[in-house]
Amino acid sequence: MLTELSLSELGERFRRREVTPTEAALAYLDRIDAVDGEVRAFLMVTREQALAQAAASDARFHAGQPRGPLDGVPIALKDLFCTRGIRTTSGSKILERFIPPYDATVVARLGEAGAVVLGKLNMDEFAMGSSTEHSGFFTTRNPWDVDRVPGGSSGGASAAVAAGMAAASLGTDTGGSIRQPAAFCGTVGFKPTYGRVSRYGVIAFASSLDQVGPFGRTVEDVALMLQVIAGADPMDSTAVATPVPDYRAELGRGVDGLRIGIPSEYFIDGMSPEVESAVRAAIATLERLGARTEPVSLPHTEYGLAAYYVIAPAEASSNLARYDGVKYGLRAPGGKDLIEMYAKTRAAGFGDEVKRRIMLGTYALSAGYYDAYYGRALKVRTLVRRDFQEAFERVNLIAAPTTPGVAFKLGEKADPLSMYLNDVLTIPVNLAGLPGISVPAGFTGGGLPIGLQLIGRAFDEATVLRAAHAYERATDWHTRRPKLGPTPGPNLGKIRP
Amino acid sequence: MSGGAYETVIGLEVHAQLATATKMFCGCATGFGAPPNTQTCPVCQGMPGSLPVINRRAIEFGIKTSLALGCAVNVRNRFARKHYYYPDMPKNYQISQYEEPLAEHGLLAIASGDGTRDIRVQRLHLEEDVGKLVHEGTLETAAASQVDFNRAGVPLMEIVSHPDLRSPEEAAAYLRALRAILIYLRVCDGNMEEGSMRCDANVSLRARGVAELGTKIEIKNLNSFRNVQHALEYEVVRQARALDAGERLVQETRLWDPDRARTVSMRSKEFAHDYRYFPEPDLPPLHVEQGWIDEISRGLPELPAARRARFAQAYGLSAYDAELLTQGRGLADYFEEATRAHGTPKIVANWILNELLRELPGDDDAAVAASPVPPGHLVGLLALIDDGSISGRIAKDVFEKMYRSGEAADTIVRREGLTQVADAGALAAVVDEVLAANPKVVADLLAGKKAAHGFLVGQVMKSTGGRANPAIVNALLGEKLPKL
Repeated sequence: MLTELSLSELGERFRRREVTPTEAALAYLDRIDAVDGEVRAFLMVTREQALAQAAASDARFHAGQPRGPLDGVPIALKDLFCTRGIRTTSGSKILERFIPPYDATVVARLGEAGAVVLGKLNMDEFAMGSSTEHSGFFTTRNPWDVDRVPGGSSGGASAAVAAGMAAASLGTDTGGSIRQPAAFCGTVGFKPTYGRVSRYGVIAFASSLDQVGPFGRTVEDVALMLQVIAGADPMDSTAVATPVPDYRAELGRGVDGLRIGIPSEYFIDGMSPEVESAVRAAIATLERLGARTEPVSLPHTEYGLAAYYVIAPAEASSNLARYDGVKYGLRAPGGKDLIEMYAKTRAAGFGDEVKRRIMLGTYALSAGYYDAYYGRALKVRTLVRRDFQEAFERVNLIAAPTTPGVAFKLGEKADPLSMYLNDVLTIPVNLAGLPGISVPAGFTGGGLPIGLQLIGRAFDEATVLRAAHAYERATDWHTRRPKLGPTPGPNLGKIRP
Repeated sequence: MSGGAYETVIGLEVHAQLATATKMFCGCATGFGAPPNTQTCPVCQGMPGSLPVINRRAIEFGIKTSLALGCAVNVRNRFARKHYYYPDMPKNYQISQYEEPLAEHGLLAIASGDGTRDIRVQRLHLEEDVGKLVHEGTLETAAASQVDFNRAGVPLMEIVSHPDLRSPEEAAAYLRALRAILIYLRVCDGNMEEGSMRCDANVSLRARGVAELGTKIEIKNLNSFRNVQHALEYEVVRQARALDAGERLVQETRLWDPDRARTVSMRSKEFAHDYRYFPEPDLPPLHVEQGWIDEISRGLPELPAARRARFAQAYGLSAYDAELLTQGRGLADYFEEATRAHGTPKIVANWILNELLRELPGDDDAAVAASPVPPGHLVGLLALIDDGSISGRIAKDVFEKMYRSGEAADTIVRREGLTQVADAGALAAVVDEVLAANPKVVADLLAGKKAAHGFLVGQVMKSTGGRANPAIVNALLGEKLPKL
């Protein structure tokens, strides 16, 4: 089945002229029709645009001038990447009718590489959440067990790749929003170094933490995606000009001689024993492949979560101030003056989790509280960053579980704090701005995926990818596919592009 | 206590719009008067996902001004977000600078009494302007309010003084001195009517001899030198009366209402905004290289104060004339160019200050540059006076014609036959006619009424269409009168 091929395999078939991009796009659109009624990963399917892009790609292959490994490949985007002329909601009612007049830089780069965009993927509203249950529209299901969450906030992006509804996808990771859903759905999810990929046109949650990254079914696919989106951007002052290496060329170098640190702080009390044993087995595999492991200490890990829940909401309270009903998006009727219009619009447009974080962040930045909260959180952030710096003086990589547990049941984590704890092993990596990947590393007895997290030095994505690739070659977890059958009511509840 | 028992303490915050071609954080044009929302993009409209990128030119202009004010430029400075909700502000926060401004600790010399006084400049920072609300009808009755984001994101420079000013006159002098510097540096056009320069004032009174400051009142909406001075004068009287009556002033923001010539309360401290400043995460801290600062420093022009002093000394001008001529760089350049060609600074200065400035729409660089009478034409006119071709009086008429037509003086003089009648023979006949026609005046003059002399000269001028050489007329009269 075409939709089971990896992105690189599919590209090979295009180049061998065995399959055309249009055939691939149609196969993926059929697959979406067949299984997305159950998974509900897509907020919008942009069928017409996808077929037009595929036809253009057909012509390039026909002329013998394909643009590169991504030409004609069907992908999908988390719905916070601005797409010119196509609605972009960030999972929020407040942007339900927002149609950007511009493309995000990463969308433009994928377009230039010839990728075919199938549609926009569900997410927790404004990327705030770990389950997609906080989407303003509906909840996405885990393809391995539709009674469970796919993780979040990039839940739709991971579920779509896991369920064969996109060859690869693009998400964002602010506190684990790529790596955690990758672990939950058994995909490869990579958050690059902060500054490696442009954030221009990416609807902001927390500016100093947000980073764009790919999902794929293999490490190679993720490397190919990153190759296209990485690099400086004149529109984003935080995207740096550090040279981008040829990631695929580095993949085959193996882990022989790499030093991998194992942080004791990441094997926490209360974590799932199945997760722990799978991750320890994965570490043993890396050792067998020639890596040398040693214990490292990241002593400030336990404070990371608290610091994150000050910094991220503070920035969010500022970033989300623009959604006021004046310029675009929702304006609630009935306000008798300006203040009431603001209040009604924001009350109607934002969900509870977003409101909670806006209030937390507003409080943390208020006069008289700034030093005690925001100022202090920044100091903790410095300590967390320093922990990693010290560890990376001795090791090339750090290996740890991606999450303490596996995909939980819908509605299971109603208490915000228990939801927040899900990200305890991914958040420190965002605070330090480092690259981190989650690769499939086993399954529970109940058949739920488990993720191994590999963390690298700043801007050393190549080493992270290389180790993940070596591990993947030595295991077959990534070859397993969830069983999903055609279900009634395809595209149930979707919104029009 | 009477009014004189209080000391006035004033500090000014001036917002100057930088004369960059593009906005502070995006590439949109900054021109004034374009149709609404035609100079906008996702960045200056605050659309989701848009990000700011710093305009290097704006930083250069900021550094230039900092150096001219003797400020220390912070080689590491940083932008911050200032939050408040208003529909003219696209993101509901303004990107400004807070704890780490571009520059600090400067001085500005102002005219005070007979001398000058140094006013300390606390800080200089850069920020983005907001948009403009357009109400259909008045704010209260408008069916709709619309927003024009053309101005949103235009670079502003905020210059904050210490509370060193001691009178409304000093405040106005500070603004004049600052405006002249900005115009000299070509970083701001100084046009207050179009909002290129705006001012907020903090004013308080304290009993003379008391060290601590009184309750501070902030006045907003001051968009002309006159408004600044009037509002402060009003406020000083209002506060003195309140203090005399034993009232306690509350810290508040007041708005100047120029139509009713009074300040009205806008909000008190309890309702003051909490701006929730924090460092702008979308912009890394800005590192300004010392080499760049040095380069800008080397390129600084002569500033108004130095030029004023030089004009007084090198050209022998009065302090007053020197000040007027150095208000704008263009005008001062005009003066120097004309003086180099003509050689007599005082005469050139008089013609510029009396004739040229009467015709020009303003003394700003644009007005001077667009003058229909360039320095060369003025010098040409003065040369005709010097060689006796035309009289001073005729020259004034010729100047007006030059201004209207853009022609050179000799073209007009030749075409209209305005050359002075200096032929004593021709003039003698006219003088004879005038003497014959005014026997009573002649009798008065001979009886000692000196004023009659002027009348007779006037009559000769009248008959010659103003072209008679006055020195020769005088000589002829002196020669003929005793013979009568």
